[in-house]
Amino acid sequence: MLKDITLGQYFPGDTPAHRLDPRTKLLLTLLYIVALFSAKSVWAYLALALTLIVSARIARVSAKALLRGLRPVLIIIAFTAVLNLFYTPGRTLWEFWRLRITYEGARTAAAMMSRITLLIMGTFLLTYTTSPIQLTDGLESLLSPLKKLRLPVHELAMMMSIALRFIPTLIEETDKIMSAQKARGADFESGGLIRRAKALIPLLVPLFVSAFRRADELATAMECRCYHGGEGRTKLHVLRFAARDYLALALFLLLTAGSILLR
Amino acid sequence: MEDIIRVEDLTHTYSAGTPFCRNAVEHMDLSIRRGEFLGVIGHTGSGKSTLIQHLNGLLKPTEGRILLDGKDIWAEPKQIRSVRFRVGLVFQYPEYQLFEETVYKDIAFGPTNMGLSRAEVDARVRAAARFAGLSEALLDKSPFALSGGQKRRVAIAGVIAMEPEVLVLDEPTAGLDPQGREELLAHIRAYHKERGNTVVLVSHSMEEIARNVDRIVVLAHARVLMEGTPRAVFARGAELMQAGLDVPQVTRVAMALRDRGLAIDPAVYTVEELAAALLALRKGGAAC
Repeated sequence: MLKDITLGQYFPGDTPAHRLDPRTKLLLTLLYIVALFSAKSVWAYLALALTLIVSARIARVSAKALLRGLRPVLIIIAFTAVLNLFYTPGRTLWEFWRLRITYEGARTAAAMMSRITLLIMGTFLLTYTTSPIQLTDGLESLLSPLKKLRLPVHELAMMMSIALRFIPTLIEETDKIMSAQKARGADFESGGLIRRAKALIPLLVPLFVSAFRRADELATAMECRCYHGGEGRTKLHVLRFAARDYLALALFLLLTAGSILLR
Repeated sequence: MEDIIRVEDLTHTYSAGTPFCRNAVEHMDLSIRRGEFLGVIGHTGSGKSTLIQHLNGLLKPTEGRILLDGKDIWAEPKQIRSVRFRVGLVFQYPEYQLFEETVYKDIAFGPTNMGLSRAEVDARVRAAARFAGLSEALLDKSPFALSGGQKRRVAIAGVIAMEPEVLVLDEPTAGLDPQGREELLAHIRAYHKERGNTVVLVSHSMEEIARNVDRIVVLAHARVLMEGTPRAVFARGAELMQAGLDVPQVTRVAMALRDRGLAIDPAVYTVEELAAALLALRKGGAAC
């Protein structure tokens, strides 16, 4: 049951989208977000939606998988839509008792909804097609100029990849401990808030203990292999831009420029 | 002997409807008899763990039924917790589930969840600790201060304390040294003998299974491959090896001797039996 949650889950594949350099994909996502936030006209939104559909097609990610990513933020989307719908001043479109919907309100609500939906789906496309390792590799490489400012970029990237690496492990562990406590009659599903919080103790204590144990073991293992930070460290997979990366970047730059210019 | 648990045509599919879907258990039929010591053996990935999580209702069958005393355990899904008290399940590496401040409180977790009186809980904790070979002095210690083998026994005591009619142990000796292994099995044997309750021991060590159980179920590729007394199962040693499973070392010696022309029953599975068989051969003068 816990295994079903999608937390930036990677779908392995061998499509052009998977083969893109992770740095390219990070930049594409960034450009897409900029384009989304500068979009004003309906045409711009349509173009952006079309871009998403085409990209998903290329990556062979199903619409179902993309929509599933939306589920956790559904409430936020609904909330923003309702707020914008009723609280935007402007020309009245419809009125009932103390509720008033304005023409501008309806417009903003629709825009906000499409904006958040596309934003979430776009970033999900990134994590669906890029493995966590590639992602942190790309991030480290993109942020490396900040090393000049004495920012520990490598260490941050390492922390991130370790954290990402252990999410599935911890989920599996949680599942196991939960089953073991259920087998002893623990009840995680019924009772009031306080009872439920209390019921979590038999789950959380073993989980913390094992997380610390794992961290300890990992630290020892890293030290045994003489890990000492990023200084002088070389990569097994060196990131290299290919023609497709330049092509994708050029297309998305055009899209973003168009979106800004058409305001 | 009557059946206490019947598994009827059980199929379990993980991640149904995704590219990762696979059947961990396929059309499995199985019965567990009241009071027996049953061994379940199989390779990693043969469906052992999935099967036993169905016995106490932690997993719900994708297809098929689990009958406990003739009643479908999922007939009333709300009552599934009471099934868990009747079929006690000890997971693999159970020491990682300990959480209380003292050993006593941890063992008491199960019985307390059953809603028993304080006196009854106390009696059960002490009895369970004795079965698991834990001294009274350990009860007030923190479970995190114990050795690995002791932690494991605390976790097993935590399930025994619920006094389940069926005790299921998933690889209880994994990761223990030979002495700890033998000690733990001796405690489990004593528990079975004294209480007369049903015990199901899951393992991939043939030696362990051979020396302890009355009946063996062999799983392979999500199905039941064979079922019977240790003698009957080990007589089919060649088939077992084909399924990628081992037979006890003694059985392997007997099989090799037989291949060289000695008239030895290939189903012997203890050192004593083989010794007796060889002595009998020598007396009979049939040796080569």
